[in-house]
Order: sequence, then C-alpha cells, then structure tokens
Amino acid sequence: MNGNLNYIIRRLIYLIPVLLGVCFLIFILFNVVAPDPVNMMLGKHPTADQIIEVREQLGLNKSLPAQYLDIVKSAFTFDFGRSWATKQQISTMFMNGAIPSLTLTIPAFFIATFSSIIFAVIVAYFRGKGVDLFIRVTCIAMMSISSLVYILVFQYFLAYKWGLFEISGYEYGFPNFLYYVSLPILIWVVLSLGPDIRFYRTLILDEIYQDYVRTAKAKGLSERTIMFKHVLRNAMIPIVTYTVVQLPFLLLGSLLLESFFSIPGLGDMTISALNASDFPVLKAMSIVSAVAYIIFTLIQDIVYTVVDPRIKLQ
Amino acid sequence: MSDLLEVKNLCVDFNTPEGVVRAVNDISFTVPQGKTIGLVGESGSGKSVTALAVMGLIPNPPGFISGGEILFEGTDLVKSQEDYMRKVRGNDIAMIFQEPMTSLNPVFRVGDQIAEVLILHMGMTKKQAWDRAVDLINQVGIPDPSRSALKYPHEMSGGQKQRIMIAMAIACEPKLLICDEPTTALDVTIQQQVLELMFDLQDKYKMGMLFITHDLGVIADIADDVVVMYRSNLVEQNTCENIFTGAKHPYTKGLLSCRPALDRNPERLLTVSDFMEEDGSEIVVDDEKTIKVDKVYNVDEEKNPYLLEVNNLSVHFPIKGGIFGRTVDHFKAVDDVSFKLRKGMTLGLVGESGCGKTTLGRALLRLLEPTSGQVIYDGIDITALDKKELKGMRSRVQIIFQDPYSSLNPRMTVGEILLEPMKLHSIGKDKIERIEKAKWLMEKVGLKADQLARYPHEFSGGQRQRICIARALAVNPEFIVCDESVSALDVSVQAQVLNLLLDLQEEFGLTYIFISHDLSVVNFISDEVAVMNAGQFVELDQANNIYLKPKEDYTKRLLAAIPKGIPKSLIEGQA
Repeated sequence: MNGNLNYIIRRLIYLIPVLLGVCFLIFILFNVVAPDPVNMMLGKHPTADQIIEVREQLGLNKSLPAQYLDIVKSAFTFDFGRSWATKQQISTMFMNGAIPSLTLTIPAFFIATFSSIIFAVIVAYFRGKGVDLFIRVTCIAMMSISSLVYILVFQYFLAYKWGLFEISGYEYGFPNFLYYVSLPILIWVVLSLGPDIRFYRTLILDEIYQDYVRTAKAKGLSERTIMFKHVLRNAMIPIVTYTVVQLPFLLLGSLLLESFFSIPGLGDMTISALNASDFPVLKAMSIVSAVAYIIFTLIQDIVYTVVDPRIKLQ
Repeated sequence: MSDLLEVKNLCVDFNTPEGVVRAVNDISFTVPQGKTIGLVGESGSGKSVTALAVMGLIPNPPGFISGGEILFEGTDLVKSQEDYMRKVRGNDIAMIFQEPMTSLNPVFRVGDQIAEVLILHMGMTKKQAWDRAVDLINQVGIPDPSRSALKYPHEMSGGQKQRIMIAMAIACEPKLLICDEPTTALDVTIQQQVLELMFDLQDKYKMGMLFITHDLGVIADIADDVVVMYRSNLVEQNTCENIFTGAKHPYTKGLLSCRPALDRNPERLLTVSDFMEEDGSEIVVDDEKTIKVDKVYNVDEEKNPYLLEVNNLSVHFPIKGGIFGRTVDHFKAVDDVSFKLRKGMTLGLVGESGCGKTTLGRALLRLLEPTSGQVIYDGIDITALDKKELKGMRSRVQIIFQDPYSSLNPRMTVGEILLEPMKLHSIGKDKIERIEKAKWLMEKVGLKADQLARYPHEFSGGQRQRICIARALAVNPEFIVCDESVSALDVSVQAQVLNLLLDLQEEFGLTYIFISHDLSVVNFISDEVAVMNAGQFVELDQANNIYLKPKEDYTKRLLAAIPKGIPKSLIEGQA
C-alpha cells in the first residue's frame, strides 16, 4: 500500500513537467506559428494606434519568453483571462459549459457501460445458442446504421411526433435539465450498445475457458454464480482498461449531440471558439484537457489495483 | 470393502470438424473406499477426460458420454441431472487439478475461495466458513493460517497454491478425491511434501482416491492398484506391485523403462518404441537391447579442452522503493558463481524453482546482462563484447527453452522458423541451399523433410521440441543451453528427446548446459552436475559422485525427495 501511495505522489509530481511541456506546445502553436490575431480582430483597416492598444491588451507586446510564462501562469492558476469573442471570464464560461456537458455525458456513459456489461454477460452465458446469435446480429445491424440516422429519427419521432422529450435546448437546474438531456443520453446509449456488447462478450468468453472456471465448476457452483462472481470479476480488468480511457472525453462533451440538440456545453463552446479564432478559449481548452487526461490515467491506475489484486503500483 | 466408484464400459466422444473422435473407449475400473487407484497414460490418452466424465464436467459441446455407466455409491452419474451433479461436485466428489498456478481465481482471497465451498454445501455462515477455512489451511500445513487465508493466490508459491487446492477439495470431507497430475508442475521436494500431505488426509478421512499421472515413478509410491491407458483404451490393470514386477503390456513395459533411474546410468534410455510397434504389436526385447551399459566419465585433454570458463559471475536485480523508485536493495539471483566446462561434455544444473539456474543460463548467453564477473568462451570474454561482436557469438551458442508450445511462432511455418536464423547469420549461399539444410535438419531430429510447410500447431509437444532443437542446430552451434527443455513433456516423449540430444552431442561434438529441476533427468544426461541454491553452487562434481556420494545436506535432501519408482510394499519386503 505504501508503494501505491508513493506511486500516486510521484505521478502527481510528474504532472508539473508534463504541464510545462503542454504549455510550450500551446505557446509554439498560438504565439509563434499562428497568424497574428490582431489582424483578425480588427478587420482589414485598423489604425496603428488601435494595433498597439490591442497588442498591449492581449499581452502580445511582451517578449516571447514572457508570453510563455503567461501561459504557464494561467495553467497553474486556472485563470485564463477573458474570451476575445464574448469578453466573458473564461473560467466562468467553463463552469457554465461543463454543467450541460457533464449532465449529458456522465449518465450516458454509466448507463451505456452498465447495460452493455449486463447484456454481454447474458450473451456469454447463452453462448452458441439462439439468444446469443440474435443479440449479436442485432448489434451488427445497430452498428451498421449511421449515428446521424439515429439522431434524426429519434428526434423526429420521439420528440417531435410523440412529444416524449424536448426537441432541443437546455435548462440549468434539477430536474429541468432531465427533459433536455434524456433523449441525447438515450441516443448515446443506443450508439454504444452495439460495439460494447460485442467487445465485452469477447472479453468474458476469454475468461470462460480459464482453469479457475473449471475449479469453480468442480466446487459445484451454479453456472450463474460462476458467471457473475468468478468470471465477471476477472473480465472487469480489461473492461476497466477500455472504459477508463474514455473518461477524459466526457469532460469535453459530445460535439455531435451538443450541436444537434443545441446544448450549450463544452463541445459547443469549443466549436464556437474555433470558428471565431478565439485563442484564449482554445488555449484554456487544451490545457484543461491535458490535465484531465493525466489525472484520469492516474485514476485508471488506481482503479486497476482495486479490480486486480495482482497489480502493485511502483 | 465396498466399491465407492464403479466405472463400467465408459465411452466418451468428441465432435470435431473431421468427425467424431473417441477419447475414451470402453474402459471399466473401480475405486474402493479408502484405496488409491493410479490412472497412468501419456497426454491425450484419455485419462483426464475419464476424470472429467466422473465429475460430469466434460466440455459439452463438443464432448459427450456416448456409453457406459459411472456408478457412485450405486447411483449412475451419467443419467443424473445437472442439479444433482452440482450437489455431488465439491461435496462427495472433489477434484484437484494439475496447474495450481491457474486453477485458483486470481482476484479472490484464498480463504474466501475455500469458504465458498463450505457455504455452498455445508450451509455454513460466512463467519463459520471462514474459521473452518483457516482451520483447513492449517491442516494442509501452510504457516500462519489466519494471515495466509487473507492472501491472494499470486502471493503464494506453487506448492502453497496446490495446498490451497487440496484444502478446498477436502473442505467438505469428500468420499472420493480425484487428483489430475497434482504434483507435475511442482519441484521434487515440494512434490514429496504434497504427496505426503494428501495421503495423511486420505487416511484421516478414509477417502477413495483416483490419482492421474503420466509418471509411473509417482504412482509406485502411492497407488494400491494401477490402471494403464494408451490411446483411449485401457491396456493393463493390476495391483501396483504386479505392474512393477511383471508388466504384461508392451506399453507399460516401455513406460517403466523410459524413466531415468538414479542408481543406473545407461547410455541411452529405452522408450516405448523399443517395446511396441506403431500398430501396437509387441516387439520381442532381447537382452542385447536392455543391457544397461554404465556411462563412463572419460576426459580426454585433446578432445575435451576447456571451452567455457565462468569467473565470479553475479546477476543482481534491483529492488525499487521510495517516491522516485530508487534502488533500495538487490535481489541476488546469481551470486558469485565460478566453474569450467569442457568441450563435448554436459554440465547439469539442478535446483528448486527460484534458485537462479535459469538466470545463470541466460546470463551466460548475455540474454540477461550480468552484474559482474566474466564468461570466457573459447578464449573470448562474452561479457565484454559489443553488440556486433555478440551477434557473431550468437550463432556459436544457442538455447532451447522449456515450453515448446509457446516458444515457436504460431504464424510461421516450420520451414520459415528454421530458415530465419540461418539467414540472419548468413549460413548457406542462397535460399535453395538453406532449404536443403532445413530438410537435413528435420531428418536429423527425427521428423520428415516434407513437413517444412506445416505450422507448429500441427505437431505434438515432443515433435515441437524437436523443431526447437532443429532451430538451435540450424546455425551450427558448438554450445547449447537447454533450459528445462524436456520438463513439459511426458516421460515417454522425454526419453526420446533425451536420446536425441545425446545422439546429436556425439555426432556434432556439442557441449551442453542442461538446466532442470528433475534430478533423474539431469543424472542421465550430464557428465558433471552442479546443485544450485539461493544463487550459489552448493556442490559441483561428476554426476556419479553427486548422486551416489552427495556431500552437502541440501543435495541429500533433494535426492531423498525423488520418487523411487518402486512400490512401498516391495521396499518393505526387501528390508
């Protein structure tokens, strides 16, 4: 356990050089390589005074190393300044964007993962039988249809025709947001079921032929206990690997669903910032996602030690 | 005594793409209460399938019982429903499997795995079951039982895991215990302890026991009756004593003579094929063939100059600790080992798992970097070579690994496997010449030249090990390290491969280092033997001296643990 704690501390310390590196890449990208933002901001015919004034506002009159330091500072204080496009505090924009994104992606992710695992265990239990074949064929059929078809068909029938859900938009606060995110969540789950069930089924079948399963049978345990207790616990190890890498993307939101359902989330915010060449927002987004990625991989390692006692972090 | 288990005319079939294959053909035997029946045969002879049939665990599909009865206390298990079988399994009939490493569930504590059976069959509460599990762990001789129960399987040694399997099997005090090669994967000393434990427990609980093995040496120590299976059929059945004194079937005779013995030192081992034709008919063995010529330790300064000199070789592995993973200590896998080896001779390295013998073998070839010391091969210091020089050296020294199932690339044909090292070391002018050589090699190792286009999975374990030997020979080496090269093979196949290694040594003047945990095999093949423990040489001497006049206690202990291959009743009779 002591080894695990040392490992976590070490990984957190490693965060510092990684963050400096990320800042350097962002600096090269936005402050050195990218076209001068002043021209974009002031249109075609700015006066010389305007240019000087704006450059000063943006901190672009400083030397390059000083500009780099500015980025580093913002990374460590999480104070990214104001957006060029909306003039809002970027940290506020983040908070406002994160809530819609996370209320959509987190439930969607957990419902999708949980239901796929349940289905996969059932399919593996009935391996080779009719149920197995039926679900597998259905999965393939579901995977073969474009995600756009799901979005349009579900939006048209479930929301527009039958009025079961709101067609689009978002409202802050519980339980109002539920009316808006339910349909995108449903679509997300339907989209993930196909590939996930098939993948988890393979992982579970890999375990079924292991020697310890034979031992469990020789103990006289029922097939159901063997599947849900012995096999699933072992299959969780690769399943965790597969699912945890998706976690950082939850924070970034789902670009496609957010734009189709007009949900003002982080994905939506990123797309607007890209269209407006809103550099500070893009820089902030890059830094936040880098930090999120590092932290989530650390969480993944810690989850590993929980599901697999053989793993010691060193 | 009443018969606990009676197997009558049992037939088991498997559906395969090539049609129905019979795995067990019309076999009958009985296991009386409190007695041990040894079921002997090589891989694929149907002995494990027989055991699984009794447990009702034949994988279905593709397998199914196609005929016969399995009567357990008068009830036919073949006709029983799955619900009934679940109550019998683990409760009345328990089974111990071959692989203790993989037979326990890696993510549960061993105490919980034992308690699970008790909760299931004895209706105990969690607390009662746990206490009983701790008690069972104590009974199977694992130290500090209440703490050991909290361990996960990977925190235990192979022998301890097998003890846990035994504890699990005897938890409900079964009437019948089926043991499928329970000690094959263990060191001799551990094997002896585990066998003793099993028989103490048998005595205590009056269990009937069906003991499956490919090794007649183990059977002799333990069985009352022996059943011999060969190619799905029962070929011989008799009391243990009669099998060892007057085996009738040629296969049994072959099996009895192919295990290297400690007190004899023949030049070759007799194999099953010396007793029996391919079609199963008996070969009349004359005395000429069975003469046991004693191998002589014969050193000719001209013919056998020193080839390899190892000076103070050490391999230490760092143990990391602290936040930044600094090296806090070293694990001394090989610690200050020195020896010399003559050309054309064989040095046997024996010791228990973890004694450093494999590490030493790999460090000699610099597959592992030694920490300090010198390896001087034919006047060249191997430890000082750079990458390019080392590549030249690689063709002169080769290694053959333990597991012929995983050391051949399954996606390459045998031809490609043999050509690759030749091409790498520029042996042969062109592809045609290399193919010619590959064909010649195949014949040298007793395979057919036209099998080059086949893939490894089309060969048996023994044949695959022959392919590994051919691959090692492809680059014309002078020196080969055999790392547990026959340990994964059945005794009968092992004898053939050992004979092959000796033939090749004589023909090409090869020098071997033969690493094994099996002392009788090492005795047979080696001229000199080094006994290793905790990274150091305990004793290094001529093979005969080590085996007949061991000096160190450790060596004596290892030797005492080897199954004698003589039934106990006979030993007592002599005394």
